[in-house]
Amino acid sequence: MFSFASFLDLPLIWYGLIMTAMFLYVILDGFDLGVGILFPFAPSDTCRDRMMNSIAPFWDGNETWLILGGGGLFAAFPLAYAIVLPALYIPVILMLLGLVFRGVAFEFRFKATGRSRKIWDVAFHFGSLGAAFMQGMILGGFVQGIEVNGRNFAGNPLDWLSAFSVMTGLALVCGYALLGSTWLIMKTADATQDWARKCAAYVLVLVALFMGLVSLSMPFLNADVKNLWFSLPNFFMLLPMPLMTAGLLVLLWRDLRTRREYRPFFLSLGLFFLNYVGLGISMWPWLVPFEISFRKAAAAPESQSLLLVGTAIMLPLVLTYTGYCYYIFRGKASHETTY
Amino acid sequence: MLANLDPVILARIQFAFTISFHIIFPAFTIGLASWLAVVEWRFLKTGNVVYQEIYRMWVKIFAVTFGMGVVSGVVMSYQFGTNWSVFSDKAGNVLGPLLGYEVLTAFFLEASFLGVMLFGWNRVSRKMHFASTVIVAFGTLLSAFWILSANSWMQTPQGYRVGEYGLFYPTDWLQVIFNPSFPYRFAHMVVAAYLTTAFVVGGIAAYYLWRKRHVGHARVMFGMAMVMAVFVAPLQPIIGDLHGLNTLEHQPAKVAAMEGLWETQRGAPLKLFGWPDQEQEKTKYALEIPKLSSLILTHELEGEVKGLKEWPRDERPPVFWVFWSFRIMVGIGMLMVMTGGIAVVLFFRKKLFDTRWFQVWCMALTPAGFIAVLAGWFVTEIGRQPYIVYGALRTSDTVSPVIGPNIALSLLAFIITYTFVFGAGSYYILRLIGKGPEASEKAYGDHGIKAPPLVTDLGSETGGGKNV
Repeated sequence: MFSFASFLDLPLIWYGLIMTAMFLYVILDGFDLGVGILFPFAPSDTCRDRMMNSIAPFWDGNETWLILGGGGLFAAFPLAYAIVLPALYIPVILMLLGLVFRGVAFEFRFKATGRSRKIWDVAFHFGSLGAAFMQGMILGGFVQGIEVNGRNFAGNPLDWLSAFSVMTGLALVCGYALLGSTWLIMKTADATQDWARKCAAYVLVLVALFMGLVSLSMPFLNADVKNLWFSLPNFFMLLPMPLMTAGLLVLLWRDLRTRREYRPFFLSLGLFFLNYVGLGISMWPWLVPFEISFRKAAAAPESQSLLLVGTAIMLPLVLTYTGYCYYIFRGKASHETTY
Repeated sequence: MLANLDPVILARIQFAFTISFHIIFPAFTIGLASWLAVVEWRFLKTGNVVYQEIYRMWVKIFAVTFGMGVVSGVVMSYQFGTNWSVFSDKAGNVLGPLLGYEVLTAFFLEASFLGVMLFGWNRVSRKMHFASTVIVAFGTLLSAFWILSANSWMQTPQGYRVGEYGLFYPTDWLQVIFNPSFPYRFAHMVVAAYLTTAFVVGGIAAYYLWRKRHVGHARVMFGMAMVMAVFVAPLQPIIGDLHGLNTLEHQPAKVAAMEGLWETQRGAPLKLFGWPDQEQEKTKYALEIPKLSSLILTHELEGEVKGLKEWPRDERPPVFWVFWSFRIMVGIGMLMVMTGGIAVVLFFRKKLFDTRWFQVWCMALTPAGFIAVLAGWFVTEIGRQPYIVYGALRTSDTVSPVIGPNIALSLLAFIITYTFVFGAGSYYILRLIGKGPEASEKAYGDHGIKAPPLVTDLGSETGGGKNV
């Protein structure tokens, strides 16, 4: 049996890998869920066809990161997987059902004609919206802490439901809508692009608002989090984070006004990145907040080692051909059915 | 009433329901992807447009099926945690990496290159497009490899030790991955998937021939399907037999349930049909062929076969389900072999493509593969009860601390959603079949395509309100 435990900090490496996979999921599926959230507000059916075509080749690959997040957590931190999912049973199931509806809508919508097409437009929108909202609720429920007894979830079935988790749910819906609208600015032209730009401006205001609200309420959830951010010298060391966030918001706002096409999307990704890192710092080192650290939840070194070999080989490959697929489908999307 | 619901039973029903729905799609896409690769290869090789038109018809069906496979698969990847958390905690060290490998090696490959397969006609070269089809086909097989390895380990676990908190720890990865039942289960399932696809393609081709529509395409499809029926269908009973012998060695109680055999005996008869009764410990109204069971299982007329009474009552699987599922699977397998036999006879009489009754026969067998695959999984999954990891961990000890009413509601939500969504999917697939292959004016290459459709078509947009 081989194990790298003697010279690698396996739990830390895996913590980093899982966090990376989750982040890639959030930004990648984020923009296509965002397109789904904005879907019914588009000015015409042609617009909607373009929106759909701009994400159709990618959604499947994007969603695979969610499977990697789940599968990776199961493999590398089985204890966390076994506690967090029962704790968040209802929102997880609802998220999955939302993803079912929106996922099939891609194929069905192209096949459907006339009135039945509307059914899949609705399924696509509410599936995306529901999945996004539930993911936000899952995040909120996770951040506010999970009750544990031994190796099991010991709280109530509705522990995750609170004003805070509703807020994070709404916040993530807005965040995804920002990613979606800036993606559309990049991938479409003319009327669709103009409309997306308008959307992005509205959504950006909401995003700024929610980021402020969530950041302000976090320290009240847990004393450790409060100490982390508001004690000296931490406060000054962490000060660049909110400042950079504010900077990105301003840049993004200006880009929308000067009609830039590509940068808004990447600035939105930057915003997500800063928020994600901020959240990561607050939650460190918990994998089941505030009960079980990533070290305690770690799988056996042999298990983490085996999968690490595969990940070291496969992950660069996956990233390469994912990039290649994005390259193949570069440029603006058309509204025609293409296969 | 809701409060008294048993979480274990509900979680099992939910898992059975969602996995049964899910397995239908991979069972079809594994075969379809490989077949599409062959069809595209024939097209590149011969330049015959018929192959291309067949490809373009079936790739649409593939897309719908694959989409449903993906979404029902995402559900599966979380259900171990939501409903079987104790199992996840205990077996995670062993099974987690196998599932991780499945995602890393197979899922990304399939998902990424499926996009090229569907939308890449005019964006990549013919060779690159063909490569994408082959990669997707390869991905489906890799996926089957890992998931069947994980499942087989739960059936015939080895290469592990039990440590603190009753957690399983791996001691030898090669033993874990290549556990005793894995090679048989993998071969049996892949061949089953290929046959499932062959009979779907054959059945639909038979329908076109019967209706005298798309005859050129239908002859090609029907011919290819019959090649599978002739050469591959007979392999399945042989693989199945080997798989059964392997099961007899490692999970004899499952085989006893398949045979409906209660008493250990020499020269055990084969029960063709009967009514297994778990309470009374016998199989009623049995129609038997003397000594055949011993002959099949031990390859000796007087060989000893263990009966269910060898095991205490709480270690016996639900016999009725195993017994009957097994008979359905075997019965369909025999029909498939017969189809191959008839096809050979008709071929040499030069009547393969215009024998009406045989077309009806093949149409009737269109869903046969799906039923057989489901029945086969029922045999193996129910047959290993009451264990989730055979001999080491009981199913009832591994359920999540989620209350019954919540599982009841989620189960209900899954039933409603899946019925609606997959009903619609089947409807669209039937419509695609009804439409049939289309003449390839819009195909790529030298068949008159004017402009690559995905490139910006700025001239066509007139302010957004055009199609309203």
